Amino acid sequence: MTGTGGALFAAVFLACAVEAVEAVTIVLAAGTARRAWRSAGYGVAAGLAVLAVITAALGPAVTAIPIGVLRLVVGGLLLVFGLQWMRKAVLRASGHKDLHDEDAIFARELDAARGAESASRGMVEDWYAFTLSFKGVLLEGLEVVFIVLTFGANAHDVPLAALAAVIAVVLVVAVGIAIKAPLSRVPENTMKFVVAVMLTTFGIFWGAEGADTHWPGNDAALLVIAPVVALYALALVAVLRRHAPKPAAAPALQTVEH
Amino acid sequence: MRTITQRLRAFGAFWYDFVVGDDWRVAVVVIVALAATYGVSKTSVASWWIMPLAVALILPASLWRARKK
Repeated sequence: MTGTGGALFAAVFLACAVEAVEAVTIVLAAGTARRAWRSAGYGVAAGLAVLAVITAALGPAVTAIPIGVLRLVVGGLLLVFGLQWMRKAVLRASGHKDLHDEDAIFARELDAARGAESASRGMVEDWYAFTLSFKGVLLEGLEVVFIVLTFGANAHDVPLAALAAVIAVVLVVAVGIAIKAPLSRVPENTMKFVVAVMLTTFGIFWGAEGADTHWPGNDAALLVIAPVVALYALALVAVLRRHAPKPAAAPALQTVEH
Repeated sequence: MRTITQRLRAFGAFWYDFVVGDDWRVAVVVIVALAATYGVSKTSVASWWIMPLAVALILPASLWRARKK
């Protein structure tokens, strides 16, 4: 695996692991609160089926686009997407936004699921558990598909990106099934910060290449861009912490654990 | 008919939120920076610095706006 391949694998693996943790929390809440694991399972299967259709439709289309245009369009999209992640990551790390807390999300989803009315439709015994799982898998999965296709197509290595995604999702789901509890010990906020740095880095690099720029050092420029982006983001965290809301102490860059 | 319009609007809103997110100005700056990079790359001047500069400017601006909210 080359240096770029390693960075590609790491970026996709981390991003997909984070999304999988969020999807697992939602499905666990649906199954636990409603005692409707079968309906939640149908929801997961339906969500995965829709994602498979989207991937099958978009995959060949994306890989058929000439590489220059692809890097321009997808690099730009990746950068906009990466800056969204970066914005949230910096706001969380500096105390301006609540840390992503899987335990709190799980408790909230449990409450909502317990209060919802039960109804069956067709072969689905619990429609609420089905739709909650379906939406969770589809929405989080869309980000996985987006990241795999954009990274994979731009790096000419969709199989490697897909492998990283599959390993991440299987790992997270296996742990989720084993402990049947939200994966709150996963350092999700730190992972999100790292993913934001990588999305932004690759977005800058590929976007500029798509706009006909030649980077000094070619691919080696990534080794400079990534640490510079990370240091810049950390500097912004430090500056924003000074202006953090008074009641909430500035949190460390890690998941809150109970 | 109204339902179809509402669904189309919701579909568009979902994709807008998915890609563009909370701050549309970030997307605008990225597009402008890409266009500037392309334009400068056609001259004899190096253009690789434009995208990093755009990120260096828009990220704190977007953060400051979010902080004020």
